[in-house]
Amino acid sequence: MITRFLWQGMDRNLRLFILLVLAIGILLPLSNQLLPVGSAFRAPSWVLQLVGKYLCYASLALAVDLVWGFCGILTLGHAAFFALGGYCMGMYLMRQIGTRGVYGNPLLPDFMVFLGYKELPWFWHGFDHFWFAAVMIVLVPSLLALALGWFAFRSRVTGVYLSIITQAMTFALLLAFFRNDMGLGGNNGMTDFKDILGFSVQSDTTRAMLCFTSALVLAIFLVIAAAVVGSRFGKALTAVRDAESRMRFLGYRVEGYKLFVFVLSAAMAGIAGALYVPQVGIINPSEFAPGNSIEAVLWVAVGGRGTLIGPVIGAFIVNFGKTYLTGALPEVWLFALGALFIVVTLLLPKGVVGLWNQLNSRSRERRARAVA
Amino acid sequence: MKAPHITQARTTSALLYLSGVTVSFDGFKALNNLSLLVEPGEMRAIIGPNGAGKTTMMDVVTGKTRPDEGEVVFDGHADLTKLDEADIATLGIGRKFQKPTVFENHTVRDNLLLALAGQRSWYRLLLATPTADENRRLDEILAIIRMEPQQHMLGARLSHGQKQWLEIGMLLAQDPKLLLVDEPVAGMTDVETETTAQVLKEINRTHSVVVVEHDMSFVRALGVKVTVLHEGSMLAEGSLDQVSADPRVVEVYLGR
Repeated sequence: MITRFLWQGMDRNLRLFILLVLAIGILLPLSNQLLPVGSAFRAPSWVLQLVGKYLCYASLALAVDLVWGFCGILTLGHAAFFALGGYCMGMYLMRQIGTRGVYGNPLLPDFMVFLGYKELPWFWHGFDHFWFAAVMIVLVPSLLALALGWFAFRSRVTGVYLSIITQAMTFALLLAFFRNDMGLGGNNGMTDFKDILGFSVQSDTTRAMLCFTSALVLAIFLVIAAAVVGSRFGKALTAVRDAESRMRFLGYRVEGYKLFVFVLSAAMAGIAGALYVPQVGIINPSEFAPGNSIEAVLWVAVGGRGTLIGPVIGAFIVNFGKTYLTGALPEVWLFALGALFIVVTLLLPKGVVGLWNQLNSRSRERRARAVA
Repeated sequence: MKAPHITQARTTSALLYLSGVTVSFDGFKALNNLSLLVEPGEMRAIIGPNGAGKTTMMDVVTGKTRPDEGEVVFDGHADLTKLDEADIATLGIGRKFQKPTVFENHTVRDNLLLALAGQRSWYRLLLATPTADENRRLDEILAIIRMEPQQHMLGARLSHGQKQWLEIGMLLAQDPKLLLVDEPVAGMTDVETETTAQVLKEINRTHSVVVVEHDMSFVRALGVKVTVLHEGSMLAEGSLDQVSADPRVVEVYLGR
């Protein structure tokens, strides 16, 4: 029954795409580990780190697409769930430092010693254990999404008002996490991580494993998302997106549908954020910046809203552009981002995947005409 | 199905019972002490000039708008003023909108599947596949609305007429006890209008129907009891000939 559920949404293209994601996630780390340094086919560590980061962004984009593309909820605060997952992972990584911090305090992380904490705040307990952090990575974003969604969807807040609420949520969290007395590192956040599950976060082997795990998680998310949108639930979900009140008059309790995808999507974003943090080596409040959430929406728009492959492609294209431009022409990047937004909105309403489908069907028609 | 506001004893034999219903928007009374009875198996036409409260009445019955005052009882025991749209739809009240609204990104068959009476809860639908019984029902309905060849076509690609047919099919799939139909022949040709009247009569054999309509020739073709609304209240009731002979109705429709 579960296997049938997981396979129901798969088509050939998606299966190939998932294989491609897995191939990247396996071949890049393997080449890094097995080939000698200097080989032309060996992926250097910085490539692993970059690709691993993009894979996490792609998972976030997929999460955004699930609510925006398939349910019509334009979320402008999804980076908050990503950051919360990241903070949970950051707390675990902080506890792994132990006495190796600058102050060498066996009980407290450096920033707490610096701020004059006498004992560990209550919400830090448990984060010594990986399993506890793993549970929190899923639970904290899900519960926030559940609470926000419960009130918003029941009060029938939709459209731009809902977007504003999600934006306000991430902004409120940004301000809260900036405060030193939040007990989460304030402005500086958390960094100087040493170990994850006993392996050094700096080592190439760990980098390779993290890159592989990010690809695996993205592949799993694609399978789950495909199963959800391919089910009868998914049919009802897109129907809610297209004609919400019609669904109500057909007897569907629309809130339940919205809440389920919203929470599922928040959990996915949280896991993506948790994988992101050990790869970039830092988590701080700027991850909550409203601009981050808006950028995530842009990835989805560029790749193709309402498709499963689109957000992944969009996340890679935009972030590759960002990495390149912020290095080569740093002052141009924001203009390029703005221009991209305008171009996609005006010319590519269905994104790159939509353009691809259009060109494909046009060439197929031409071929059919040539035969006739 | 949960039915929190259903009392045991039947208080009226009418299928739909509205008594003293008042709805005001910022002081404007869209419905003003409206009372109306629809018997089981009946087809009723509701006419009235623009702003008479026809659509508001439908909104009240389907749970979209809460009345400020008055009683709305369905099937003798369900208090509709306490239920929401989903509950009311599950009780057996279907609504057809003026503009045909089908799900444009779904195939004809999926449109019907979404409307099919039964499974509505999100967690069950995650794992549900259409049962043999459901597939048989879908095939039947596709045959009735003569859309078997188009069953895998997307809603967006249908013509206006095909959308109307699909919507009728969706109502059949929903199988409500009472069907509310809002201006079904707006924008239709004479032939289509006549066909629609036939179809509604056909549906009326097994379902009660309330039709809101402007088109007098259509109402005449239906040949049923007519209720005239004016400024949120009932002005007259009877056969079309009776109400058109009523001087007050003439005044409202033709002006002084």
